[in-house]
Amino acid sequence: MRRKSISYAKWGYIFSIPFVVVFLIFSLYPIIFTATIGFTNLQGAGKHTYSFLVKPFDNYRIVFHNASFLKSLRNTGMIWMMNFIPQMLLGLLLTAWFTNRRFKVRGQGLFKVLLYMPNIITAATIAFLFRNLFGYPKGPINDLFLMLGFIDKPIYFWLSAPWSRGIVAFIQCWMWYGNTMIVLIAGVMGIDPTLFEAAEIDGASATQIFFQITLPSLRTILLYTLVTSMIGGLQMFDIPLLYNLGGPDETTLTTSVWIYNQAFSGRYFFNRASAASMIMFIIIVVLSSFLFYLLRDKDAAKLNKERRALKRMGKQQQKEAQV
Amino acid sequence: MKRKSLGMSVMMRTIIYTVCIFLSIISIFPFYTMFINATRGTYEIQSSSIALIPSTYTLSNWKVLINKNFNPLIGFVNSMIVSCGATILGVYFSSLTAYGLVAYQWKWRQPFFTFIMAVLMIPAQVSIIGFFQFMYRIGLINNFIPLIVPAMASPAMVFFMRQYLLGTLSMDIVNCARIDGSGEFRTFNQIILPIMQPALATQAIFSFVASWNNLFMPLVLLTDRTKYTMPIMVNLLRGDIYRTEYGSVYLALSLTVLPLFIVYFLLSRYIISGVALGALKE
Repeated sequence: MRRKSISYAKWGYIFSIPFVVVFLIFSLYPIIFTATIGFTNLQGAGKHTYSFLVKPFDNYRIVFHNASFLKSLRNTGMIWMMNFIPQMLLGLLLTAWFTNRRFKVRGQGLFKVLLYMPNIITAATIAFLFRNLFGYPKGPINDLFLMLGFIDKPIYFWLSAPWSRGIVAFIQCWMWYGNTMIVLIAGVMGIDPTLFEAAEIDGASATQIFFQITLPSLRTILLYTLVTSMIGGLQMFDIPLLYNLGGPDETTLTTSVWIYNQAFSGRYFFNRASAASMIMFIIIVVLSSFLFYLLRDKDAAKLNKERRALKRMGKQQQKEAQV
Repeated sequence: MKRKSLGMSVMMRTIIYTVCIFLSIISIFPFYTMFINATRGTYEIQSSSIALIPSTYTLSNWKVLINKNFNPLIGFVNSMIVSCGATILGVYFSSLTAYGLVAYQWKWRQPFFTFIMAVLMIPAQVSIIGFFQFMYRIGLINNFIPLIVPAMASPAMVFFMRQYLLGTLSMDIVNCARIDGSGEFRTFNQIILPIMQPALATQAIFSFVASWNNLFMPLVLLTDRTKYTMPIMVNLLRGDIYRTEYGSVYLALSLTVLPLFIVYFLLSRYIISGVALGALKE
């Protein structure tokens, strides 16, 4: 009897303390502090005292009227789209091929290892490597294109806006389509195989099976990939910075690079950078609440529902008994 | 009829293999060029910047780097300290938190988990100004603590560990340990952690790689050259003094990612299945 009354509940709290303490200090407080700085006059090298602005939203006004900030938002969106659409299409195509039981593609393991490889390598190194590969007047890509007869004279990739945007988007896509493919293949593996068997017996073609069974079953995973990629896209930093410092003429300047430049590359506009960070934060909160809704603990939700139903039944029974 | 479909599938198969091989070449080509050019002299690269076979200038490229005050060894050691520290702390405390969430019935359990889910996607970028100002005030600029300790609160890792524990943990083992007189903390360290080994290994790899590749935080927090991690060293290569040292630049780039290639080719199987597992966390 006494044994039963031992409660271990306190250990749940104790084991969560380190996480909570570190989170409060290193995550929550900096966010609150950033939000605060967004309403102050904190700017200038070596200056760390601040006072609140008379018009609290002045920094936001300045940021929203800053041409290069607006440009950075557009760039981020554009580069993200240029990377995401081909990434998704390529991921889906490879998934369709690799999971098709009629094609039985051999060497899948090796292909997966090679196609996923760029994802694990330092983005900073990759960006600077591509800067060298696309060098002018001599560089591996120019040499290769000349050798293959694609071009007559070397292209000055660094100075061309479309090339720069294209290359940044390409690097991003090249780094991530392998990841998307593996995630999607795992999703297909999770689909009940009897669905495919039934479709095959009914004489469905590979294309029909893909569009009418595989794709609809992958809906949640596709949405998950979309939202995480959007949030990741907003943070795009290493590649545009190290490929061409956001240039030429700010055509690859992303929002994260803009924020970094405002605060840390000799300008010290901490207040404006904070305001811009908060704008980004709000966008991310909206996106991740959508994701949160998508991934909410389905088992727990079900359990709660059942519990509530039981309670209702119990109450009803009580009422009936009273009657 | 049958022959026609056979012909179709042969054609289809040719297309599939051609595309896959082409994509593989695109994956390899940049890195191959990087490693080969790291062994070639500047003059060789200037005359032809693509080569299939390595040359013999690795040592002289290395000497150029050292003479220009670019010491990859320092970056390597710093990156190792930060990545290993963050990985060990992250993996250990995430498991601990996850165990607390799974094994015990406490009042705030569900709200706490909901909270972890809610902050899952918030990136470091949005709080960087506050983080920097805060670290400046408490004198932690040019210190590895702000790069290592925050790993103790990694919502995504807790989430992953919790999913793993939900699938594998049997409370019978825990109860047996209790009857044998083991304290809760000791049970976690000596019984639960070994059970979680596969999950620990997967998360350790990803945490190490993410920490090694991180540019943003170190770039903001480290200004002292002797504290630089590998990705910031890459940023140094922008300098004018390296403009004509093609071979050395390729060598430096190769060195920043060499450990990753070693890790990847030793553990690629686990890494790929880890990515797939992450996808199913839903």
